[in-house]
Amino acid sequence: MWKLVKQIVRTGVVTEPAPVPPDDCRQEAERIQREILQTLGKALTIREVDAGSCNGCELEIHAVNNPYYNLEGLGIKFVASPRHADMLLVTGPVSRNMAVALKRTYDATPAPKLVVAVGDCGCDGGIFGESYACVGSVSRVIPVDRVVPGCPPEPIEILRAILATVRAGYRQKDEPAPEVSVSP
Amino acid sequence: MLVSDLNATADRLPGPMPVWRRQVGSGDWLAAARSAADNNGRLVSLWGSERGGRLFVSAAYGLPEGLTWVELPLPEGAATYPDLSEIFPCANRMQRAAADLLGVVPEESTDPRPWLNHGAWPRDFFPLRKRAGGDAEFPGQELADYPFVRVEGDGVHEIPVGPVHAGIIEPGHFRFSVVGEKVLRLEERLGYKHKGIDKRFETLPAGEGYRLAGRVSGDSTVAYAWAYCMAYEGALGLRAPARAAWLRALFLERERVANHLGDLGALGNDAALAIGLAHFMRLKEDWVRLNKKLFGHRFLMDRIVPGGVAADLSAEGAGDILRQCDTVEAEVRALEAIYEDHPGLQDRFLTTGRVTPELATRLGLTGLAGRASGVARDLRTDFPVMPYGELGATMATERGGDVAARVAVRFKEVLESLRLLREIAKGLPAGPLLGTPAADPLSEYGAGWVEGWRGEIFVALELEGRERVRRCHCHDPSWQNWPVLEHAVIGNIVPDFPLINKSFNLSYSGHDR
Repeated sequence: MWKLVKQIVRTGVVTEPAPVPPDDCRQEAERIQREILQTLGKALTIREVDAGSCNGCELEIHAVNNPYYNLEGLGIKFVASPRHADMLLVTGPVSRNMAVALKRTYDATPAPKLVVAVGDCGCDGGIFGESYACVGSVSRVIPVDRVVPGCPPEPIEILRAILATVRAGYRQKDEPAPEVSVSP
Repeated sequence: MLVSDLNATADRLPGPMPVWRRQVGSGDWLAAARSAADNNGRLVSLWGSERGGRLFVSAAYGLPEGLTWVELPLPEGAATYPDLSEIFPCANRMQRAAADLLGVVPEESTDPRPWLNHGAWPRDFFPLRKRAGGDAEFPGQELADYPFVRVEGDGVHEIPVGPVHAGIIEPGHFRFSVVGEKVLRLEERLGYKHKGIDKRFETLPAGEGYRLAGRVSGDSTVAYAWAYCMAYEGALGLRAPARAAWLRALFLERERVANHLGDLGALGNDAALAIGLAHFMRLKEDWVRLNKKLFGHRFLMDRIVPGGVAADLSAEGAGDILRQCDTVEAEVRALEAIYEDHPGLQDRFLTTGRVTPELATRLGLTGLAGRASGVARDLRTDFPVMPYGELGATMATERGGDVAARVAVRFKEVLESLRLLREIAKGLPAGPLLGTPAADPLSEYGAGWVEGWRGEIFVALELEGRERVRRCHCHDPSWQNWPVLEHAVIGNIVPDFPLINKSFNLSYSGHDR
């Protein structure tokens, strides 16, 4: 046990300020937390859906949870079910074998159903393109609020996109979700 | 037929690894497999291809003297070949994948269920046939149900999990048959991430294929890009200069350490020691940030290119690497002591998800998980290409075969990789980063074989001229290890499955391709 305590004391806190433009980052982070609480009445919850990625994007989404970026410190956390989620973070390209599962996950998500497509493949199919096996971009299967290009996008970019979507998402919160067409 | 007979009439493929290639008749197809099995060999991969209107099935065997790529031409108009799954059980899913992609099926197959084709494209559309368009789409196709094997009996019930899982992980379906908490049977269904990569290779210039290979499984991008380049360079008679070879090994070891750090943290977390995850993820973040600073990409994607490497290491950068290796070594040793001293953690790790050395050998368990079950194979020590010969890598093995053993192998491999990285940073030879190709290609075939962090990555490449890929087959060691995971969980409790699964940490994308 003492080794563990020593490790904790020796390491200290490594968390870096959240990536928001104004000068006083901490105040900004607190403001985001307040906004999230006011709008959603709780912390922002995210469900990650890998719809066919090479798993590179997942490495960076994991990294968003590491102590440097400390997503949970901003009142944002990943949850195990779409039914508990305000936002879907989707990586692609959407494989045809995953298109139905992605659509069902979206349907199971309650409002505001924010969707962020992560990575070049989620944006436009990336190097895999569209084929007998790939539908391509996430937006061909479910409505997307924001895309984060990059192969894979770095954690700071993913974090920025999550924060920006939360803010923009409030305004549309009461609007009905767009009609979805699924391919295939 | 003896292995030596097999190789006597085979062509040695140009390239740094000992790889032979030969055609056999249908009578010798099974004889070659039996001979490999009798000579301590293993099935590395099985795949199919079409050439000049004929269908071929290929098997790659890992043998004590190297790798033998055996190709069986199927008779005109025929699409069947002798089943290998009786000799090598891991052939089952590879044969089913070849059936889905090329329409070649084993004779008297005991398991004709589709594997990668979930119904999104018609059963009579074979994407790897030359006349099949790569951009074909089949709107209106419905995904099909899959006939899982049912376990019957008093109190037996099923738990279906996936394809969308609870964590930040890749999609796949697990069907557990359980009594109470105890797992009687696990059956996997994979293929959800099938992206048609094999067909996609054929539409890219051969010189660009390394980028696609580097995205077969993103966590192994270095190993895949190296294997692809090894195959391509071999066929072209292109040799990476010494400095590039050393830098490739540097990238590969940095990839190994990054993944092992992440896994060690996640394994602590899955056994309820969340602080282990926090610390290892902090170390991993430091690690990939230095990758970005020195080489321009956190996971070193596209840094290995045909002929050499696309990033250099300055003297200052070598100093950064040496300092980081010292820091990380001290931290990893401290965390290892914490893990070892933690009774709760050890209680979860020990005897959980055990694969005995006998079972591992019989089922063909490979790579890191294999070494944790006494399967002492590592391409870095078995067939050391430059610079591994000079550096003398040491293989890490355990015999326990449980989660604890797979954790222990990771700790040992991290420390050994840190040693190798220091040696590379200190001994990096001067010289150019890119080689020049020979005037004419040496061969229309090339093979790449690299020990990635998870296990052996194999690439079989067929070229038409210098720039056209006729067929590129990328093999992930997850093909061998996924079926063994089904055995590893038998008799364990359901809540231990995430821990056992993580201890293997297999690639869905690398498998589904």
